Amino acid sequence: MRDWSLHLLDLMENSLRAASTRVELSLALSQDGALDIILRDDGFGMDRDFASLATDPFTTTRTTRKVGLGLSLAQHNAELTGGYLELLSEPGCGTRVHICILTSHIDCLPLGDLAQTMASLILLNHDKTDFTLDMSSPMGSEHFSTKVIKEVLGDEVALNEPEVITYIKDLLSEQSQTVFGGILL
Amino acid sequence: MKTLQELEAIRQKTLDRISMRKEDKEVAVRIVIGMATCGIAAGARPVMATFMEEIERRHLHSVNLTQTGCIGMCRLEPIVDVFTPDGGKVTYVNVTPEKVRMIVADHVVNGHPVSEYTIGAVDAQA
Ligand SMILES: Nc1ncnc2c1ncn2[C@@H]1O[C@H](COP(=O)(O)OP(=O)(O)OP(=O)(O)O)[C@@H](O)[C@H]1O
Ligand SMILES: [Mg+2]
Repeated sequence: MRDWSLHLLDLMENSLRAASTRVELSLALSQDGALDIILRDDGFGMDRDFASLATDPFTTTRTTRKVGLGLSLAQHNAELTGGYLELLSEPGCGTRVHICILTSHIDCLPLGDLAQTMASLILLNHDKTDFTLDMSSPMGSEHFSTKVIKEVLGDEVALNEPEVITYIKDLLSEQSQTVFGGILL
Repeated sequence: MKTLQELEAIRQKTLDRISMRKEDKEVAVRIVIGMATCGIAAGARPVMATFMEEIERRHLHSVNLTQTGCIGMCRLEPIVDVFTPDGGKVTYVNVTPEKVRMIVADHVVNGHPVSEYTIGAVDAQA
């Protein structure tokens, strides 16, 4: 993957495949440049044995191919920076992926377009899943939730209306600039 | 800054349009994009974003975007299926934002599939 926003899109696709109704993403950048990314979902999860193997490229429940690359690629790119990827899962409860990356490392991928990642996910999955995004850094913090948007829109107007998706994308671009602009963006 | 008032205005505008739309019988075109790791790594996100932009720009309110997983042809990603109301299904492969603009203009709007981008054309070359 070219940047972290694409990795996160890919990992949230795992959550959606696990039938999650809630997907919560948070990114917290500390003063020393460590970025903690935590992705939580309430999908069907994995048992402990499977979870311990899930970052292996030869572990997948896909039937269309024998390799599952999402987690192993993200882990690889985290470890390149001196960071790590940690997976916790509980069958029937959900999954938590914690990625720690050291953004000051020369091999660290750029953050990329988080707003486009979230807008894509919301466009394609708004009817089944609620999304939240929390971002923080020494410059400030921002919170986003599709529930808030849904409350304003009411029942008749869907989240996947093009104007609404564009609004969400622009809002999240502003929020990521506020929090990460000049540091990671 | 984006405000909730702005969102409220979008809601009102959309409601007005929906109430008008009920009169004319618009038929839906369904567009399905592969969003597994293979698709995302090959560029599915900008492809999806370009479909969105074209739909918004051309006011194609009867077009429906959805996603699917890996269908086992990873080297041909991004893969896009276009389902038309006549029951037709066309599969486009190695899709790029430029190809999306052609697919929307020729196929979605005018009903003529762009045959050189379809899976049949690409397989014949290989
Ligand atoms: N959030 C999750 N909830 C439940 N199971 C998960 C989750 N994330 C990963 N898994 C399980 O771990 C396996 C490996 O995931 P990984 O993303 O590495 O590969 P994949 O999704 O199978 O294929 P690819 O990512 O290459 O499209 C998945 O097949 C799935 O069974
Ligand atoms: Mg995956």
